[in-house]
Amino acid sequence: MSELKSGSNLEKVLKAGHFAFTGECGPPKGANVEHLKEKIAPLKGMVDAVNVTDNQTAVVRMSSWAASTIMCQEGVEPNFQMVCRDRNRLAIQSDILGVYAMGIRNMLCLSGDHQRFGNHPQSKNVYDIDSMQLIALVKQMRDEGTFMNGEAIDVPPRLFIGAASNPFADPFEFRVYRLAKKIEAGADFIQTQCIYNMEKFRQFIKRAVDMGLHEKCYILAGVTPMKSVGMATYMAKQVPGMDVPDSLIQRLRGAGKGKVAEEGIQFALEQIEEFKDMEGVAGVHLMAIEWEHRVPEIAERAGVLPRPVV
Amino acid sequence: MIVADRKPLKEILEMLKGYNRILVVGCKGCVSVCNVGGSKEVGILASILKIAGKKNGLNLKVDEKTLERQCDPEYVDLLKDMVDDYDVILSMACGVGPQFLSERYPESRCLPAVNTTFFGGAVQHGVWSERCAGCGTCVIHFFDGMCPIARCSKSLLNGPCGGSADGKCEISKDVDCIWDMIVRKKMEQGRLDDLLKFMPAKDWTTARDGGPRKSVREELVQ
Repeated sequence: MSELKSGSNLEKVLKAGHFAFTGECGPPKGANVEHLKEKIAPLKGMVDAVNVTDNQTAVVRMSSWAASTIMCQEGVEPNFQMVCRDRNRLAIQSDILGVYAMGIRNMLCLSGDHQRFGNHPQSKNVYDIDSMQLIALVKQMRDEGTFMNGEAIDVPPRLFIGAASNPFADPFEFRVYRLAKKIEAGADFIQTQCIYNMEKFRQFIKRAVDMGLHEKCYILAGVTPMKSVGMATYMAKQVPGMDVPDSLIQRLRGAGKGKVAEEGIQFALEQIEEFKDMEGVAGVHLMAIEWEHRVPEIAERAGVLPRPVV
Repeated sequence: MIVADRKPLKEILEMLKGYNRILVVGCKGCVSVCNVGGSKEVGILASILKIAGKKNGLNLKVDEKTLERQCDPEYVDLLKDMVDDYDVILSMACGVGPQFLSERYPESRCLPAVNTTFFGGAVQHGVWSERCAGCGTCVIHFFDGMCPIARCSKSLLNGPCGGSADGKCEISKDVDCIWDMIVRKKMEQGRLDDLLKFMPAKDWTTARDGGPRKSVREELVQ
C-alpha cells in the first residue's frame, strides 16, 4: 500500500491511518434529483465516502452511476456499487470506464441480491461473471491497463476497489477464506454485512487477523442502527444472511414506547466504540437505511467528527 | 434426462380450440421416464380431451400414438401415413418433439402439450431435480461432482454468496445451497485448498449464449 491507487478521499483517509467512516445512500425510485440531493446533503462532511447502491434488493431505482455523478457534483465522494446480476462483461467494463470518466474513484463489487426478491422477479439474471471475477477485472483494468480480453485500455480507470464480506452467512467456517480470496483477487477495502452478533464478529475478525488479512486490506465493519422492533424482527427472519441475536431484540423491546430508535442508536454507538479499538477493523461503514438525516447526529455522538481532511 | 411438466389443461384446450381431429403423440424417451409424455400419459390426456369435448358438445376424434423417440427422423417418419387424417398433432415430448414433427410434416399443425423444464434426475419417486444447464463446458470436476452453474441461483464460481443460510439458498428454503454442499464436502475430505483458487470468468460461447448449437461427429456424417 505504498502509492495511491486511485487517489480517492477514502483511500487517502485509510492510508493515513485514520479510522474511516463511510455512509450509504439509496438512489430514488424515479428521476427525482431533488429528493436525491436532499438525501445527500446531510452526509456532507460527516463521512469519508458514501455507498451508492445498485438496484438494491433487486428493486429498480435510478442507476448507481448516475446517482454517483450527482453526488460528485454535490461535493460528496461516492462509493459506486455495481452488481453482477444486471450486466454482462461488456456493460460492466463500459460502465467502469464511464464512472471513472465522470470522476468516480471508489467502486464496490457485489454479486447482487437475486431478482426473486425484487420488483421484477420475472427478469433474466445475467451473472456472466461473479463478484470475485469482478474484483479481479477492475484490478486488471487498473493495474494492467487491459480489458478482460487483454486489449489495451486508452486511459485505464484508477479505482479504489471495494468488496463485501458477510461474516454471518453459512458455512461460517468458509467465510474468512472467501474474504481472503477477495483480497487476493484485488480488493483494497472490505465493507462487511451489518453486524449485530458481536461475539460472532469478534471470532471472525480474529481469524482474519490471524491470517494477516487486515494487513493486506482495510476492513470496515458494517453498522445499521435499528429503528424499530419491527425492523429488527424483519431483519432477523426475512433478510438473507443476517444474524440478529434475540438479546438485541429483547433489548429494543425493553426500551419502551417511543424510545426504541434511541436504543437502536445507542447499540450502534456501543458497537462503533468497540470497533475503534478492535484489531483488524480500519473503520465503520454506517448503513443508515432511509435515515440519512440522522447520520450527522450519529457521527457526532460516535465521536468521529470532524472527518479528517487529507 | 430432459425433465418436463404437462401444460395446464386449460392452456391445452385453448390451443386446441377449433380442431376436431387430434393425434396425441407420446415419446418413449426422457418424458416417459419422468412420467409426463409416455404411452400412459398419452392415454390419460386423450381421455381427458374426449371428455372435455363432450362437455362442450363436440364429438372429438382423439387418437394416440407413442413413438420410440421424437428426436430422431426415422421414428418421426412412422407417422407419415397417419398425419393427414388429423387437424392437429399434439406432442407430449420435450420441446424437440413438436419441432421435429413440424419440420417433417410442414403441412400439419404441431402443438406442444408439455413445458420442458430442465436436465435432471429423479431424487425420489415423483420428484425430479435439476443437475445440468447444458453450458457446453463441464466444470463439475472442480466442485466434487456438483455443478454451481446449474445449481447456484447466481451461477457463482468462487464460493457461496452472502445469502447462504443453514444450507439453503437465499431465494427459497426449498432450494439447497449447492455451495454449502461443495464447501462441506471439500472440508470433510481435507481439500478446501481447491476452493481457494481463483476461478476465472467462464467462456459462455459453448452455452446457449454462443447462439443455437450443433454437434457434428465427422466420423458418423455420411
